[in-house]
Amino acid sequence: MARARGWLGIAAVVAVGLLLSFGLTERYHHRILTLVFLWAVMGLAWNIISGYAGQISFGHQAFFGIGAYVTVLLAVTLKLTPWLGMLAGAGVAVLAALLIGAPTFRLAGIYFGLATLAYPLIFRIVMDYLGYQEVAIPMVRDRPALFMQFTEPRSFDLLALALLAATLVLARLIETSRLGYSLRAIKENEQAALAMGVDAFRCKMAAYALSAAPAALAGAIYAHAILFVVTPDAVFGVIVIVQTLVVCLVGGVGTLWGPLIGAAIMIPVSEILDSTAGDRLPGIQGVVYGAALMAIMMFAPEGLFWRVRRGRGAAAPAAAGPPIAAAVSTEGSDAAARPAPAAGSGAVVLDVRGVSKAFLGLQALADVSFDARRDEILGIIGPNGAGKTTLFNVLNGFLLPEGGEIRWLGEPITGLSPHLVCRRGIGRTFQVVRFFPRLTVRENVMVGAFAHGGTPAAAAALAREALARVGLTERADTLPPGLTTLELRLMELARCLATAPRLVLLDEPLAGLSIDGIDIMSAMIRRVRAAGITVVIIEHTIQALVRIADRLVVLDQGRRLAEGAPGDVTRNPAVIEAYLGKRWLARHAPAHAADLRT
Amino acid sequence: MAASELAQYVATGLLVGGVYALMSIGLALIFGVMRVVNFAQGDFMMLGMYLTYYYAVALHVDPLLGALLTLPPFFVLGLLVHRAFLVRVTGGGDPNREMDAQLILTLGLSLVITNATTMILSPMPRGINVPYASRAFAVGPLLLNQARAYAFLMALLLAAAVYVLLTRTDLGRALRAAADDPEAAGYQGIDVRRMHGMAFGIGIALVAAAGGLLATYHPIEPTVAVNFIVLMFVAVVLGGLGSIPGAFVGGIVIGLVQSLTLLLLPLQLQNVGVFVTFLLVLYVRPQGLFGRRARTV
Repeated sequence: MARARGWLGIAAVVAVGLLLSFGLTERYHHRILTLVFLWAVMGLAWNIISGYAGQISFGHQAFFGIGAYVTVLLAVTLKLTPWLGMLAGAGVAVLAALLIGAPTFRLAGIYFGLATLAYPLIFRIVMDYLGYQEVAIPMVRDRPALFMQFTEPRSFDLLALALLAATLVLARLIETSRLGYSLRAIKENEQAALAMGVDAFRCKMAAYALSAAPAALAGAIYAHAILFVVTPDAVFGVIVIVQTLVVCLVGGVGTLWGPLIGAAIMIPVSEILDSTAGDRLPGIQGVVYGAALMAIMMFAPEGLFWRVRRGRGAAAPAAAGPPIAAAVSTEGSDAAARPAPAAGSGAVVLDVRGVSKAFLGLQALADVSFDARRDEILGIIGPNGAGKTTLFNVLNGFLLPEGGEIRWLGEPITGLSPHLVCRRGIGRTFQVVRFFPRLTVRENVMVGAFAHGGTPAAAAALAREALARVGLTERADTLPPGLTTLELRLMELARCLATAPRLVLLDEPLAGLSIDGIDIMSAMIRRVRAAGITVVIIEHTIQALVRIADRLVVLDQGRRLAEGAPGDVTRNPAVIEAYLGKRWLARHAPAHAADLRT
Repeated sequence: MAASELAQYVATGLLVGGVYALMSIGLALIFGVMRVVNFAQGDFMMLGMYLTYYYAVALHVDPLLGALLTLPPFFVLGLLVHRAFLVRVTGGGDPNREMDAQLILTLGLSLVITNATTMILSPMPRGINVPYASRAFAVGPLLLNQARAYAFLMALLLAAAVYVLLTRTDLGRALRAAADDPEAAGYQGIDVRRMHGMAFGIGIALVAAAGGLLATYHPIEPTVAVNFIVLMFVAVVLGGLGSIPGAFVGGIVIGLVQSLTLLLLPLQLQNVGVFVTFLLVLYVRPQGLFGRRARTV
């Protein structure tokens, strides 16, 4: 239903656009209509990389300017029709996006935004230098239509409207595709997205290239409909990105309709102000845009679209907690039915040899070796600061170890990117649950389900299945901030299971849970193992782990202290010392050592 | 090329770089304490140029003194701007998203200031006539423009004063504490929000004073901010976002790069050298020359 509504919305926009275009009579009104359409296109283009993917670009006018300059220069030098020229412009812009993106996406957050500032500035200076300060579109009186020189102002409306419709379709296709889900996941939590198999770099590059093309086409049409003389300032200048930001931010970032709403409000206002007061007050447009940006950030930073939607109460508060416990408590029998394999009986699947990692002189991991065997639950314990999470970060590719080797199913995976580790079949969860807050529970899990490709429908089916496995079916449409700690941990587990792992790394899955919660989660972990998935768990409390783990590895200050069956490990004096200190050991050992297990 | 010619370019670069360094310190202080990238920094510089101009025209105050006299009013202006606008988007919430909001808020502020100034004071460029702007000190084979030399010395003096303020006073310690760990600073009884206001006030005052010094040899117009804000960003990123000594060195380096680019490229492409340096630093060492690489997993 929502799907159909999106396409109907686009059809409605086109219908209203046509009505306006054929209803308006004054040339000036047509100009405003053309501008509304063009800036809506620019807003939508920017929205693809900065709204969906959250990579704020302050240099998007680079592509707008490339579109305008390439088209016009081709017409001047080769007499090429702008209809083909603007396609060439879009091609050059896409190429530029790939060339700019490849180094720039290595930068995160604010650094990316600052770097993008530099590109249009460079283009601007270079255009000045090359002598293209003013490039007039050559007049071709005998074949005006072929050279996009319409006398009828309506023609430009319709041209801009066609581009707007095409851009809306493009944005809509991205929104509902695997790429769209990946981009939103990257925006919400890039680390979690990587761990779920999202190739963040490629997704950003794709989004950047896709957003460059409409921007370039808008620039080409803008040059013919409005400018007639292309100058570096008019197409690479700050005002271009400012207008783009204004229409997006006022309307609402990350939505299909936001840029359109923003353009429909802001462009007529600023045009009318400029034409009525612009002579007496040069710069009135800039003041209005600046004030609009400030006001929207202070009072409605999410933009009008989200504000109105939230005001209507679209997101109803979640119902009271579903009976998770009931759904899961029976599962103890399920695990019991399948005799747990004796510890260490299976073949080695994950082999860690001599892994070391240091941070600024602190040795977080020193020559750590252990292995995980098929179908076992391996517990890794150690006091705070023992290097447990660092170990996981090395195993799933977040960190590069300085030494040692990791082999998975016999193949080395040391230094492999996190998304590739995930796709090879190693899933993970995080000590502090890393969810995508603005994606529903189902969509969160779908991001995991996309790890091995597939259509959104297939991913939704996998997500449904994974949610059913952890008993969260009824919470599928909730946003994660509305979940309890237990539900969040179960959701993260479901997301991890949706990647179809053969081994899962669980980082303190029991932390922060109530006693009931620990029972539910423990039962869930046994079920995961029963489904043929090897489990490696980090915990710093021994008690909970002793009950579910087949084997324990003890880490202390980055070193492997002990390894063995839970009962043996907890009686090991070195382990007791690491946890409770020498003096405790001297006073109580060995008589009380067994207490640790209870 | 003669060695003396190279030395001349280096000397010119150093002198200009001193003023860039002072501007950049203000931006770095604001970023360091508040985690706000202030797009409007260049506009406060422009306003500082105008205030110095009016001091000179209306009160016959020498711009070198006038630049100092911009400090108190701009400090107060900074406090007010922080109180009126920035508090609404600082503190609490997702830091990444907050930073986007602050960037866009200060971008809006920058637009308002530039365009309102154009509306009120007209876009016509102005200049302050000082006799020393057209004189030069001869140091060996080098010719040092006197206005630039005086501006350079004043910039060093102010930068040293900031250094003393930050390292030797209670206010400076509180500012640094608020920058390093706002939460812990709060527990120690430091009013973090007040420190944010202080940092913004001092940062604005410094850039206004730098503008005043610049006004001795640079034309004054409402749109002057655009060119300088990017130079400041480059200097601050070069030095490591938020590092004040880093921003100082970054500013000097930018002056040198700008000056030495002239040896390789024509005048119009002077700033291309700066932007290319900027991109190279970001790619090769995004944490800057003095920044520590922060990595959180």
